[in-house]
Amino acid sequence: MHRAEPSYLTEGSTLASWLTTHDHKRIAILYAVAITFFFFLGGIAAALIRLELATPHGDLMSADTYNKTFTFHGVVMVWFFLIPSIPNTLGNFLLPLMIGARDVAFPRLNLFSWYLYLLGGLFTVTCLLLGGVDTGWTFYTPFSTLFSNTHVVLAVVGVFIVGFSSILTGLNFIVTIHTLRTKGMTWFRLPLFVWSMYGVSLVMMLATPVLAMTLSLLAIERLTGVGIFDPSLGGDPLLFQHFFWFYSHPAVYIMVLPSMGVVSELITASVRRKIFGYRFMVYSIIGIAVVGFLVWGHHMFVAGQSMYASIVFSILSFIIAVPSAIKVFNWTATLYKGDITFGAPMIYALGFVGLFMLGGLTGLFLAATALDVNLTDTYFVVAHFHYIMVGGAVMAYLGGIHFWWPKITGRLYSEGWARFAAILMFLGFNLTFFPQFLAGAEGMPRRYYRYPDEYALLNVLSSAGAVLLAASYLLPVGYLLWSLRFGERAGPDPWGAKGLEWETASPPPPHNFERPPVVTDGPYAYVHP
Amino acid sequence: MSGLPEASSFAGRIDGLFLALLALCVVVMLAVFVTMVVFAVRFRHGRDVDRSGESHRDLGIEMTWTLIPFALFVGIFAWSIHLWIDMRTPPADAETIYVVGKQWMWEFQHPGGQREIDTLHVATGHPVRLVMTSQDVIHDLSVPAFRVKQDILPGRYTDLWFTATRPGTYDLFCAEYCGTDHSRMGGSVVVETPAAHARWLAAHASGSLAERGRTLFTRYGCAGCHDAGSSVHAPRLEGLYGSTVPLADGRQVTADERYLHDSIVLPAEEVAAGYAPIMPSYKDRIDEADILALLAYLKIRGTERESPHAPR
Repeated sequence: MHRAEPSYLTEGSTLASWLTTHDHKRIAILYAVAITFFFFLGGIAAALIRLELATPHGDLMSADTYNKTFTFHGVVMVWFFLIPSIPNTLGNFLLPLMIGARDVAFPRLNLFSWYLYLLGGLFTVTCLLLGGVDTGWTFYTPFSTLFSNTHVVLAVVGVFIVGFSSILTGLNFIVTIHTLRTKGMTWFRLPLFVWSMYGVSLVMMLATPVLAMTLSLLAIERLTGVGIFDPSLGGDPLLFQHFFWFYSHPAVYIMVLPSMGVVSELITASVRRKIFGYRFMVYSIIGIAVVGFLVWGHHMFVAGQSMYASIVFSILSFIIAVPSAIKVFNWTATLYKGDITFGAPMIYALGFVGLFMLGGLTGLFLAATALDVNLTDTYFVVAHFHYIMVGGAVMAYLGGIHFWWPKITGRLYSEGWARFAAILMFLGFNLTFFPQFLAGAEGMPRRYYRYPDEYALLNVLSSAGAVLLAASYLLPVGYLLWSLRFGERAGPDPWGAKGLEWETASPPPPHNFERPPVVTDGPYAYVHP
Repeated sequence: MSGLPEASSFAGRIDGLFLALLALCVVVMLAVFVTMVVFAVRFRHGRDVDRSGESHRDLGIEMTWTLIPFALFVGIFAWSIHLWIDMRTPPADAETIYVVGKQWMWEFQHPGGQREIDTLHVATGHPVRLVMTSQDVIHDLSVPAFRVKQDILPGRYTDLWFTATRPGTYDLFCAEYCGTDHSRMGGSVVVETPAAHARWLAAHASGSLAERGRTLFTRYGCAGCHDAGSSVHAPRLEGLYGSTVPLADGRQVTADERYLHDSIVLPAEEVAAGYAPIMPSYKDRIDEADILALLAYLKIRGTERESPHAPR
């Protein structure tokens, strides 16, 4: 048996060598392990929710337990999976490789942000073990500050800490992209994944401090009774919602922009053709990152904000659909005259486009004030944001994991199983969440642990879909772990893909490249232009 | 929205807009999907097709497929705003029903004094305006069959209006998460013909809301300072509702429901010019339903020049 080349995986095998590493590739693996743990933790909560909702009567658990379960599901999935998943794993691994750098700009800070992530997670899990929190992931006041008898402060401290992990990662990426690009790697030669990491880092750095501030104010009000959000003390409960959504709407783009970057890479490699309208794709990333800051008020059309404020937020929300549409059209146009293969990454990418379109277009229903009145706070919203955030982020994340798996591990996975899992995920996802659009359009409110009988059929379908979805999440764990030991060796570029990361060995050596690469051409230099 | 009845004057208009947007979205999705499938089949690996050719100029094509759909969607936006302004503008002759949300029940008060818990009776054909507040956390009153929904906040009044069109009993939900029994905080709206509604009102009459307010006005000790003949220097209430009140700090406010509410629970915040801030706060001493009865009384009294029961 042939002996592996020295790689980042072989430079030390003790636990200590991993826990003190400064190598961005190893830190990416650390994140992947931790994030996968939290994903399955949040997934168990999701399974319990769908099990409870399989019948209308609320017979599995108590109302309080249900409220704590969906809160835990939301908190864990948003802050410990969706936001960090692609940037902190694929981003950490690929960003320096793609720009021809030896590492990120601040390797120690990179490791520190992983420890912050763990510390935040420790608080959140402790909170769960002590009995949980029942506010919903949105922590709306004054319920969270005055009326909830659960561990609100502990939960928000966890989120506060993991927020700093996100800020530091954003900072690190921005400095890395600005200062460590190799010779010849100009801005308009950056792969779209790098551009998406740049966009998402800006949003992380600018929006996350607002979350930190908001949660601090919440904790202060809860602990000291100072009237910030409590109207009986002269505070304003809507102020909290403005702060919260000023962070949390951009947070949606923290989840979507990286997915778009991944999908651009998967499509162009599977089509073996330069991405259509590269510059427009770049501008649309920047456009989404900027306009994403201006639309938070569309979460508050019925919250009591002024009629005119709602009109402004409505049109801005229509406008942000433009750069998203450009993305979809350009991915489609990229297929034209391509040489298309349908490996698992491509299936995930096409699945992403489908879910993203459905999620995006249903967003317009919610952006239209008059329609939002009927739809908001119903399962229509639940379906919409799961399509965008979960369908988008999970499809792209898994597509990316598959695409770069040979690069990360040096091994090939079972293509048949991978395609099967990708298709199963697409079907399972649609069966789970499409019925929720219908339930919502017919008025079923969200966050109900029991509901009127007329919504039972749609909920049964949704719960059945969740079973398929769970299977499609578990399958890759099996065959990917299998590939680590039994998978074929990949070689530097098993897909015939372009990009600096494919020019070095798989897995890459500790410092990425034998000598710094020089770039002489734009990205995606495939045979067919 | 097939399974959902259209039971208000908004419902048909909203469903029309919904279907128009749905149709537009379906067309866009089909266009993209069909194109994708055609390209995916035609240009899949191994087929002998022409793959040569330079990239075309992007600008024109990008502009075309971006701006045309966008213009169509802006049309939807304009339609939606038109409808939205109507939904936020109650007609002047709407009947006001007061609503208090609390963990975990609804309390409704009709102008005639009829009080209901978790059930609301309204008549077809006449606009109804709900003026709502919460006693604790944020709630949200939602009646899917009417296509109306509005958050209800502690410390302020929000409102919504509708004209019911179809007799029947419809679900009423709390749509904003409010704690343990959120999913049990529901009820129903009973829509009756005007004649049946009049009978219901008559059978449940118990003195008007304003009359209850007058009783409370005395019971809470308001009369001691605010009625004529009092030795305390307190603002008179005749002609107050809807008027502009100059404040001690130089600002001016309109004496609307919000101002009157806050003057009861936070009297030191907005002191009328020329008066000392001596009124005690009624916060935690009076519940929101009683404040609403007081407001009903103050509104009636506030629109009279001279109060009949308090002659000068």
